[in-house]
Amino acid sequence: MLEIKALTCIKQDRCLFESLNFSLLSGQIMQIEGPNGAGKTSLLRIIAGFSQPDEGRVLFNKKNINEDYDDFAQSLLFIGHKTGVNQQLTAYENVMHWLTVHGYKSTEPEIYTLLGKLGLVGLEDVPVRTLSAGQQRRVALVRLWLNDANLWILDEPFTALDKKGVAMLQAQFQRHLELGGAILLTTHQDLTNSFSSLQTLVLEYRH
Amino acid sequence: MQASNSYWTLFCSVYKKDVTLAFRQRAEIVNPLLFFLIVITLFPLAIGPEPGLLARIAPGIIWVAALLSTMLGLDKIFRDDYMDGSLEQLIASPYPLPLAVLAKVAAHWTTAGLPMVVMAPVFSMLMNLESQALGATILTLLIGTPLLSFIGAIGAGLTVGLQKGGILMSLLVLPLYIPVLIFATSAIDTSIMSLAYSGQLAILGAMLAVALVAAPIAISSALRVSVS
Repeated sequence: MLEIKALTCIKQDRCLFESLNFSLLSGQIMQIEGPNGAGKTSLLRIIAGFSQPDEGRVLFNKKNINEDYDDFAQSLLFIGHKTGVNQQLTAYENVMHWLTVHGYKSTEPEIYTLLGKLGLVGLEDVPVRTLSAGQQRRVALVRLWLNDANLWILDEPFTALDKKGVAMLQAQFQRHLELGGAILLTTHQDLTNSFSSLQTLVLEYRH
Repeated sequence: MQASNSYWTLFCSVYKKDVTLAFRQRAEIVNPLLFFLIVITLFPLAIGPEPGLLARIAPGIIWVAALLSTMLGLDKIFRDDYMDGSLEQLIASPYPLPLAVLAKVAAHWTTAGLPMVVMAPVFSMLMNLESQALGATILTLLIGTPLLSFIGAIGAGLTVGLQKGGILMSLLVLPLYIPVLIFATSAIDTSIMSLAYSGQLAILGAMLAVALVAAPIAISSALRVSVS
Protein backbone atom coordinates (compact mmCIF):
# COMPACT_ATOMS: atom_id res chain seq x y z
CA MET A 1 0.00 0.00 0.00
CA LEU A 2 2.64 2.47 1.09
CA GLU A 3 6.21 2.46 -0.17
CA ILE A 4 8.98 4.70 1.04
CA LYS A 5 11.93 4.92 -1.30
CA ALA A 6 15.32 6.38 -0.45
CA LEU A 7 13.88 9.10 1.76
CA THR A 8 16.28 11.73 3.07
CA CYS A 9 15.44 14.66 5.31
CA ILE A 10 17.87 17.39 6.33
CA LYS A 11 16.88 20.03 8.83
CA GLN A 12 19.10 22.91 9.90
CA ASP A 13 22.20 21.20 8.54
CA ARG A 14 21.44 18.04 10.48
CA CYS A 15 20.60 14.89 8.60
CA LEU A 16 17.60 13.32 10.34
CA PHE A 17 17.50 10.20 8.22
CA GLU A 18 19.10 9.14 4.99
CA SER A 19 18.02 6.72 2.27
CA LEU A 20 15.20 5.33 4.33
CA ASN A 21 13.32 2.47 2.69
CA PHE A 22 10.34 0.56 3.93
CA SER A 23 6.92 -0.51 2.87
CA LEU A 24 3.65 -1.01 4.61
CA LEU A 25 1.06 -3.46 3.33
CA SER A 26 -2.61 -3.49 4.08
CA GLY A 27 -3.32 -5.06 7.43
CA GLN A 28 0.05 -3.97 8.80
CA ILE A 29 0.86 -1.59 11.62
CA MET A 30 4.22 0.12 11.98
CA GLN A 31 5.50 1.78 15.09
CA ILE A 32 8.23 4.38 14.67
CA GLU A 33 10.49 4.67 17.68
CA GLY A 34 13.35 6.96 18.52
CA PRO A 35 14.50 9.61 20.96
CA ASN A 36 13.20 13.18 20.87
CA GLY A 37 14.54 15.03 17.86
CA ALA A 38 15.22 11.88 15.88
CA GLY A 39 12.85 12.96 13.11
CA LYS A 40 9.75 10.89 13.78
CA THR A 41 7.33 13.75 13.26
CA SER A 42 9.28 15.02 10.25
CA LEU A 43 9.02 11.56 8.70
CA LEU A 44 5.27 11.36 9.31
CA ARG A 45 4.73 14.84 7.87
CA ILE A 46 6.65 13.94 4.73
CA ILE A 47 4.64 10.76 4.28
CA ALA A 48 1.41 12.70 4.82
CA GLY A 49 2.55 15.11 2.10
CA PHE A 50 2.77 18.27 4.23
CA SER A 51 6.46 18.75 3.64
CA GLN A 52 8.75 17.63 0.89
CA PRO A 53 11.71 15.29 1.43
CA ASP A 54 15.16 16.44 0.41
CA GLU A 55 15.46 13.25 -1.59
CA GLY A 56 13.37 10.20 -2.27
CA ARG A 57 9.74 9.42 -2.96
CA VAL A 58 6.61 8.35 -1.17
CA LEU A 59 4.45 6.00 -3.19
CA PHE A 60 0.88 5.15 -2.30
CA ASN A 61 -0.63 2.33 -4.35
CA LYS A 62 2.40 2.68 -6.65
CA LYS A 63 1.70 6.34 -7.35
CA ASN A 64 3.73 9.27 -6.11
CA ILE A 65 1.53 11.05 -3.57
CA ASN A 66 2.30 14.49 -5.00
CA GLU A 67 0.99 13.49 -8.42
CA ASP A 68 -2.63 13.58 -7.32
CA TYR A 69 -2.58 14.71 -3.72
CA ASP A 70 -6.34 15.10 -3.36
CA ASP A 71 -6.77 11.48 -4.43
CA PHE A 72 -4.22 10.36 -1.82
CA ALA A 73 -5.91 12.55 0.80
CA GLN A 74 -9.09 10.56 0.27
CA SER A 75 -7.35 7.48 1.69
CA LEU A 76 -5.48 9.31 4.41
CA LEU A 77 -6.34 10.01 8.01
CA PHE A 78 -3.74 12.15 9.73
CA ILE A 79 -3.82 13.15 13.36
CA GLY A 80 -0.76 15.07 14.41
CA HIS A 81 0.53 16.69 17.57
CA LYS A 82 -1.78 19.56 16.79
CA THR A 83 -5.03 17.73 16.41
CA GLY A 84 -7.09 20.27 14.50
CA VAL A 85 -9.68 20.65 17.23
CA ASN A 86 -10.88 24.21 17.62
CA GLN A 87 -10.93 25.42 21.20
CA GLN A 88 -13.94 27.71 20.84
CA LEU A 89 -16.23 25.21 19.17
CA THR A 90 -17.99 22.37 20.95
CA ALA A 91 -17.00 18.74 20.57
CA TYR A 92 -20.03 18.09 18.39
CA GLU A 93 -19.31 21.09 16.13
CA ASN A 94 -15.69 20.03 15.80
CA VAL A 95 -16.62 16.51 14.75
CA MET A 96 -19.27 17.72 12.29
CA HIS A 97 -16.87 20.20 10.71
CA TRP A 98 -14.15 17.60 10.35
CA LEU A 99 -16.58 15.17 8.72
CA THR A 100 -17.67 17.73 6.13
CA VAL A 101 -14.12 18.82 5.37
CA HIS A 102 -13.21 15.20 4.64
CA GLY A 103 -16.36 14.39 2.72
CA TYR A 104 -17.89 12.02 5.25
CA LYS A 105 -21.44 12.05 6.44
CA SER A 106 -22.88 11.06 9.73
CA THR A 107 -25.97 11.61 11.80
CA GLU A 108 -26.38 13.48 15.04
CA PRO A 109 -27.34 10.40 17.11
CA GLU A 110 -24.35 8.49 15.77
CA ILE A 111 -21.92 11.22 16.77
CA TYR A 112 -23.49 11.60 20.21
CA THR A 113 -23.31 7.83 20.74
CA LEU A 114 -19.65 7.80 19.75
CA LEU A 115 -18.76 10.78 21.91
CA GLY A 116 -20.51 9.00 24.77
CA LYS A 117 -18.59 5.82 24.08
CA LEU A 118 -15.37 7.82 24.34
CA GLY A 119 -16.34 9.11 27.76
CA LEU A 120 -17.58 12.54 26.75
CA VAL A 121 -21.16 12.16 27.93
CA GLY A 122 -22.66 15.54 28.74
CA LEU A 123 -19.64 17.36 27.32
CA GLU A 124 -20.75 17.33 23.70
CA ASP A 125 -22.02 20.90 23.72
CA VAL A 126 -19.49 22.82 25.77
CA PRO A 127 -16.53 24.61 24.19
CA VAL A 128 -13.58 22.25 23.87
CA ARG A 129 -11.26 24.66 25.71
CA THR A 130 -13.09 23.82 28.96
CA LEU A 131 -12.23 20.12 28.63
CA SER A 132 -9.13 18.42 30.01
CA ALA A 133 -6.18 17.57 27.76
CA GLY A 134 -7.18 13.93 27.56
CA GLN A 135 -10.77 14.78 26.76
CA GLN A 136 -9.64 17.18 24.03
CA ARG A 137 -7.56 14.42 22.52
CA ARG A 138 -10.59 12.14 22.60
CA VAL A 139 -12.55 14.70 20.58
CA ALA A 140 -9.90 14.36 17.88
CA LEU A 141 -9.73 10.59 18.15
CA VAL A 142 -13.46 10.19 17.49
CA ARG A 143 -12.37 10.47 13.84
CA LEU A 144 -10.93 6.97 14.02
CA TRP A 145 -14.49 5.67 14.29
CA LEU A 146 -15.87 7.89 11.55
CA ASN A 147 -13.72 7.44 8.47
CA ASP A 148 -13.12 5.00 5.69
CA ALA A 149 -9.53 5.97 4.99
CA ASN A 150 -7.11 3.12 4.37
CA LEU A 151 -4.00 4.69 5.76
CA TRP A 152 -3.89 6.11 9.25
CA ILE A 153 -0.94 8.26 10.24
CA LEU A 154 -0.98 9.04 13.94
CA ASP A 155 1.62 11.11 15.73
CA GLU A 156 1.68 10.23 19.43
CA PRO A 157 -2.00 9.21 19.58
CA PHE A 158 -1.78 8.10 23.21
CA THR A 159 -0.63 11.46 24.61
CA ALA A 160 -2.72 12.45 27.62
CA LEU A 161 -4.98 9.39 27.33
CA ASP A 162 -5.75 7.23 30.35
CA LYS A 163 -5.28 3.44 30.35
CA LYS A 164 -8.85 2.77 29.34
CA GLY A 165 -8.52 5.19 26.43
CA VAL A 166 -5.32 3.56 25.27
CA ALA A 167 -6.96 0.12 25.33
CA MET A 168 -9.97 1.41 23.42
CA LEU A 169 -7.77 2.97 20.79
CA GLN A 170 -5.82 -0.22 20.29
CA ALA A 171 -9.03 -2.20 19.92
CA GLN A 172 -10.00 0.22 17.17
CA PHE A 173 -6.55 -0.23 15.54
CA GLN A 174 -7.18 -3.96 15.51
CA ARG A 175 -10.52 -3.47 13.80
CA HIS A 176 -8.97 -1.19 11.19
CA LEU A 177 -6.22 -3.72 10.43
CA GLU A 178 -8.75 -6.51 10.10
CA LEU A 179 -10.61 -4.44 7.53
CA GLY A 180 -7.43 -4.23 5.47
CA GLY A 181 -6.20 -0.83 6.58
CA ALA A 182 -2.69 0.17 7.49
CA ILE A 183 -1.44 2.23 10.42
CA LEU A 184 1.74 4.23 10.86
CA LEU A 185 2.26 5.67 14.31
CA THR A 186 4.83 7.09 16.65
CA THR A 187 4.65 6.47 20.34
CA HIS A 188 7.01 6.38 23.27
CA GLN A 189 5.05 3.80 25.16
CA ASP A 190 4.87 0.20 23.99
CA LEU A 191 1.65 -1.04 22.55
CA THR A 192 -0.06 -3.22 25.13
CA ASN A 193 -2.04 -5.25 22.62
CA SER A 194 -0.05 -7.74 20.63
CA PHE A 195 -0.53 -7.04 16.95
CA SER A 196 0.55 -9.96 14.79
CA SER A 197 1.55 -7.64 11.97
CA LEU A 198 3.50 -5.15 14.04
CA GLN A 199 6.71 -3.78 12.56
CA THR A 200 9.03 -1.45 14.35
CA LEU A 201 11.22 1.20 12.77
CA VAL A 202 13.86 2.73 14.99
CA LEU A 203 15.22 6.16 14.10
CA GLU A 204 18.54 6.98 15.73
CA TYR A 205 19.41 10.47 16.85
CA ARG A 206 22.17 11.54 14.46
CA HIS A 207 24.61 14.32 15.16
CA MET B 1 -20.41 7.65 6.32
CA GLN B 2 -20.82 8.04 2.60
CA ALA B 3 -18.39 10.26 0.77
CA SER B 4 -20.38 13.15 -0.60
CA ASN B 5 -19.13 15.03 -3.61
CA SER B 6 -20.61 18.34 -2.78
CA TYR B 7 -18.08 21.16 -2.88
CA TRP B 8 -20.84 23.45 -1.72
CA THR B 9 -21.20 21.67 1.65
CA LEU B 10 -17.48 22.09 2.25
CA PHE B 11 -17.65 25.77 1.38
CA CYS B 12 -20.61 26.30 3.70
CA SER B 13 -19.06 24.36 6.56
CA VAL B 14 -15.78 26.33 6.48
CA TYR B 15 -17.64 29.60 6.05
CA LYS B 16 -20.04 28.83 8.88
CA LYS B 17 -17.23 27.82 11.22
CA ASP B 18 -15.36 31.10 10.74
CA VAL B 19 -18.43 33.30 11.00
CA THR B 20 -19.61 31.42 14.11
CA LEU B 21 -16.21 31.88 15.70
CA ALA B 22 -16.20 35.59 14.89
CA PHE B 23 -19.61 36.01 16.49
CA ARG B 24 -18.56 34.08 19.60
CA GLN B 25 -15.64 36.45 20.09
CA ARG B 26 -17.49 39.61 19.25
CA ALA B 27 -14.40 41.76 19.70
CA GLU B 28 -13.22 40.44 16.36
CA ILE B 29 -16.07 42.18 14.59
CA VAL B 30 -16.40 45.22 16.80
CA ASN B 31 -12.71 46.16 17.18
CA PRO B 32 -11.91 46.87 13.51
CA LEU B 33 -15.11 48.87 13.25
CA LEU B 34 -14.30 50.94 16.35
CA PHE B 35 -10.79 51.44 15.02
CA PHE B 36 -12.29 52.70 11.75
CA LEU B 37 -14.50 55.10 13.67
CA ILE B 38 -11.69 56.41 15.86
CA VAL B 39 -9.31 57.00 12.95
CA ILE B 40 -12.02 58.99 11.21
CA THR B 41 -12.85 61.09 14.26
CA LEU B 42 -9.16 61.83 14.84
CA PHE B 43 -8.81 63.77 11.60
CA PRO B 44 -11.22 66.63 12.35
CA LEU B 45 -9.54 66.97 15.75
CA ALA B 46 -6.07 67.08 14.23
CA ILE B 47 -6.58 69.29 11.20
CA GLY B 48 -9.54 71.39 12.34
CA PRO B 49 -13.25 70.93 11.78
CA GLU B 50 -13.62 73.12 8.73
CA PRO B 51 -16.42 71.47 6.71
CA GLY B 52 -15.01 72.30 3.29
CA LEU B 53 -11.58 70.90 4.09
CA LEU B 54 -13.05 67.73 5.61
CA ALA B 55 -15.26 67.15 2.61
CA ARG B 56 -12.24 67.60 0.37
CA ILE B 57 -10.13 64.96 2.13
CA ALA B 58 -13.00 62.63 3.12
CA PRO B 59 -12.60 60.03 0.32
CA GLY B 60 -8.93 59.55 1.12
CA ILE B 61 -9.47 59.35 4.87
CA ILE B 62 -12.32 56.88 4.62
CA TRP B 63 -10.34 54.61 2.36
CA VAL B 64 -7.09 54.75 4.32
CA ALA B 65 -9.07 53.97 7.48
CA ALA B 66 -10.72 51.05 5.66
CA LEU B 67 -7.30 49.71 4.62
CA LEU B 68 -5.91 49.93 8.13
CA SER B 69 -8.88 48.39 9.86
CA THR B 70 -8.90 45.49 7.37
CA MET B 71 -5.28 44.86 8.32
CA LEU B 72 -6.30 44.51 11.96
CA GLY B 73 -8.32 41.35 11.50
CA LEU B 74 -6.19 39.83 8.74
CA ASP B 75 -3.56 38.48 11.06
CA LYS B 76 -6.14 36.20 12.64
CA ILE B 77 -7.59 34.77 9.45
CA PHE B 78 -5.32 31.68 9.38
CA ARG B 79 -3.58 32.03 12.76
CA ASP B 80 -5.91 29.89 14.91
CA ASP B 81 -6.22 27.21 12.27
CA TYR B 82 -2.45 27.09 11.98
CA MET B 83 -1.96 26.86 15.73
CA ASP B 84 -4.50 24.13 16.41
CA GLY B 85 -3.72 22.03 13.33
CA SER B 86 -6.99 22.65 11.47
CA LEU B 87 -4.97 23.89 8.52
CA GLU B 88 -3.27 20.51 8.19
CA GLN B 89 -6.67 18.87 8.26
CA LEU B 90 -7.85 21.18 5.47
CA ILE B 91 -4.79 20.31 3.39
CA ALA B 92 -5.29 16.60 4.04
CA SER B 93 -8.87 16.87 2.80
CA PRO B 94 -9.83 15.30 -0.52
CA TYR B 95 -11.32 18.62 -1.61
CA PRO B 96 -9.26 21.32 -3.33
CA LEU B 97 -7.63 23.64 -0.81
CA PRO B 98 -8.43 26.84 -2.79
CA LEU B 99 -12.12 26.15 -2.21
CA ALA B 100 -11.72 26.09 1.57
CA VAL B 101 -9.53 29.19 1.31
CA LEU B 102 -12.20 30.97 -0.70
CA ALA B 103 -14.69 30.20 2.07
CA LYS B 104 -12.33 31.56 4.71
CA VAL B 105 -11.77 34.78 2.77
CA ALA B 106 -15.51 35.13 2.26
CA ALA B 107 -16.03 34.71 6.00
CA HIS B 108 -13.37 37.31 6.72
CA TRP B 109 -15.08 39.76 4.39
CA THR B 110 -18.47 39.11 5.98
CA THR B 111 -17.14 39.90 9.43
CA ALA B 112 -14.65 42.67 8.55
CA GLY B 113 -15.56 44.23 5.20
CA LEU B 114 -19.33 44.09 5.17
CA PRO B 115 -19.80 45.97 8.47
CA MET B 116 -17.70 48.80 7.01
CA VAL B 117 -19.90 48.95 3.93
CA VAL B 118 -22.98 49.07 6.13
CA MET B 119 -21.52 51.80 8.32
CA ALA B 120 -20.27 53.85 5.36
CA PRO B 121 -23.17 56.35 5.42
CA VAL B 122 -22.42 57.21 9.05
CA PHE B 123 -18.72 57.70 8.38
CA SER B 124 -19.45 59.80 5.31
CA MET B 125 -21.65 62.03 7.42
CA LEU B 126 -18.93 62.38 10.05
CA MET B 127 -16.56 63.59 7.37
CA ASN B 128 -19.15 65.93 5.83
CA LEU B 129 -18.89 64.08 2.53
CA GLU B 130 -21.23 65.50 -0.09
CA SER B 131 -24.40 63.49 -0.41
CA GLN B 132 -23.97 62.78 -4.11
CA ALA B 133 -20.74 60.94 -3.26
CA LEU B 134 -22.43 58.54 -0.84
CA GLY B 135 -23.38 56.10 -3.60
CA ALA B 136 -19.81 56.00 -4.89
CA THR B 137 -18.42 55.52 -1.39
CA ILE B 138 -20.68 52.55 -0.72
CA LEU B 139 -20.05 51.01 -4.14
CA THR B 140 -16.28 51.34 -3.96
CA LEU B 141 -16.28 49.85 -0.47
CA LEU B 142 -18.57 47.05 -1.65
CA ILE B 143 -16.22 46.12 -4.50
CA GLY B 144 -13.00 47.18 -2.79
CA THR B 145 -13.22 45.51 0.62
CA PRO B 146 -13.42 41.93 -0.74
CA LEU B 147 -10.39 42.81 -2.83
CA LEU B 148 -8.60 43.91 0.34
CA SER B 149 -9.51 40.60 1.99
CA PHE B 150 -8.17 38.57 -0.94
CA ILE B 151 -4.88 40.46 -1.24
CA GLY B 152 -4.40 40.55 2.52
CA ALA B 153 -5.03 36.81 2.85
CA ILE B 154 -2.05 36.13 0.55
CA GLY B 155 0.17 38.01 2.98
CA ALA B 156 -1.49 36.35 5.96
CA GLY B 157 -0.92 32.92 4.40
CA LEU B 158 2.76 33.65 3.81
CA THR B 159 3.41 34.93 7.32
CA VAL B 160 1.18 32.63 9.40
CA GLY B 161 4.11 30.41 10.37
CA LEU B 162 6.20 33.27 11.71
CA GLN B 163 6.29 34.28 15.35
CA LYS B 164 5.67 37.96 14.75
CA GLY B 165 4.29 37.94 11.26
CA GLY B 166 1.87 40.81 11.75
CA ILE B 167 4.23 43.66 10.93
CA LEU B 168 5.90 41.83 8.08
CA MET B 169 2.45 41.12 6.69
CA SER B 170 1.56 44.83 6.77
CA LEU B 171 4.76 45.64 4.91
CA LEU B 172 4.00 43.00 2.30
CA VAL B 173 0.36 43.81 1.84
CA LEU B 174 -0.02 47.59 2.15
CA PRO B 175 1.93 48.36 -1.07
CA LEU B 176 -0.34 45.94 -2.91
CA TYR B 177 -3.35 47.90 -1.67
CA ILE B 178 -2.20 51.06 -3.48
CA PRO B 179 -3.99 50.37 -6.80
CA VAL B 180 -7.24 49.72 -4.93
CA LEU B 181 -6.80 52.93 -2.99
CA ILE B 182 -6.08 54.99 -6.11
CA PHE B 183 -9.07 53.82 -8.10
CA ALA B 184 -11.49 53.85 -5.18
CA THR B 185 -10.68 57.40 -4.07
CA SER B 186 -10.61 58.56 -7.66
CA ALA B 187 -14.14 57.17 -8.12
CA ILE B 188 -15.40 59.07 -5.08
CA ASP B 189 -13.64 62.28 -6.16
CA THR B 190 -15.19 61.98 -9.60
CA SER B 191 -18.63 61.48 -8.11
CA ILE B 192 -18.20 64.65 -6.02
CA MET B 193 -17.71 66.50 -9.30
CA SER B 194 -20.96 64.87 -10.52
CA LEU B 195 -19.15 63.02 -13.30
CA ALA B 196 -19.52 59.38 -14.30
CA TYR B 197 -17.29 57.12 -12.23
CA SER B 198 -18.19 53.83 -13.86
CA GLY B 199 -14.68 53.57 -15.34
CA GLN B 200 -12.98 53.37 -11.97
CA LEU B 201 -15.63 50.97 -10.71
CA ALA B 202 -15.08 48.77 -13.75
CA ILE B 203 -11.35 48.61 -13.05
CA LEU B 204 -12.01 47.74 -9.39
CA GLY B 205 -14.47 45.10 -10.57
CA ALA B 206 -11.90 43.68 -12.96
CA MET B 207 -9.33 43.51 -10.17
CA LEU B 208 -11.85 41.72 -7.98
CA ALA B 209 -12.60 39.23 -10.75
CA VAL B 210 -8.89 38.44 -11.15
CA ALA B 211 -8.45 38.16 -7.38
CA LEU B 212 -11.45 35.86 -7.08
CA VAL B 213 -9.85 33.41 -9.49
CA ALA B 214 -6.15 33.80 -8.76
CA ALA B 215 -5.92 34.70 -5.08
CA PRO B 216 -7.29 31.42 -3.64
CA ILE B 217 -4.64 29.51 -5.60
CA ALA B 218 -1.89 31.86 -4.42
CA ILE B 219 -3.13 31.70 -0.82
CA SER B 220 -3.24 27.89 -0.95
CA SER B 221 0.35 27.72 -2.14
CA ALA B 222 1.38 30.17 0.57
CA LEU B 223 -0.34 28.05 3.21
CA ARG B 224 1.28 24.84 1.99
CA VAL B 225 4.67 26.53 2.31
CA SER B 226 3.82 27.82 5.79
CA VAL B 227 2.66 24.41 7.01
CA SER B 228 5.65 22.44 5.68
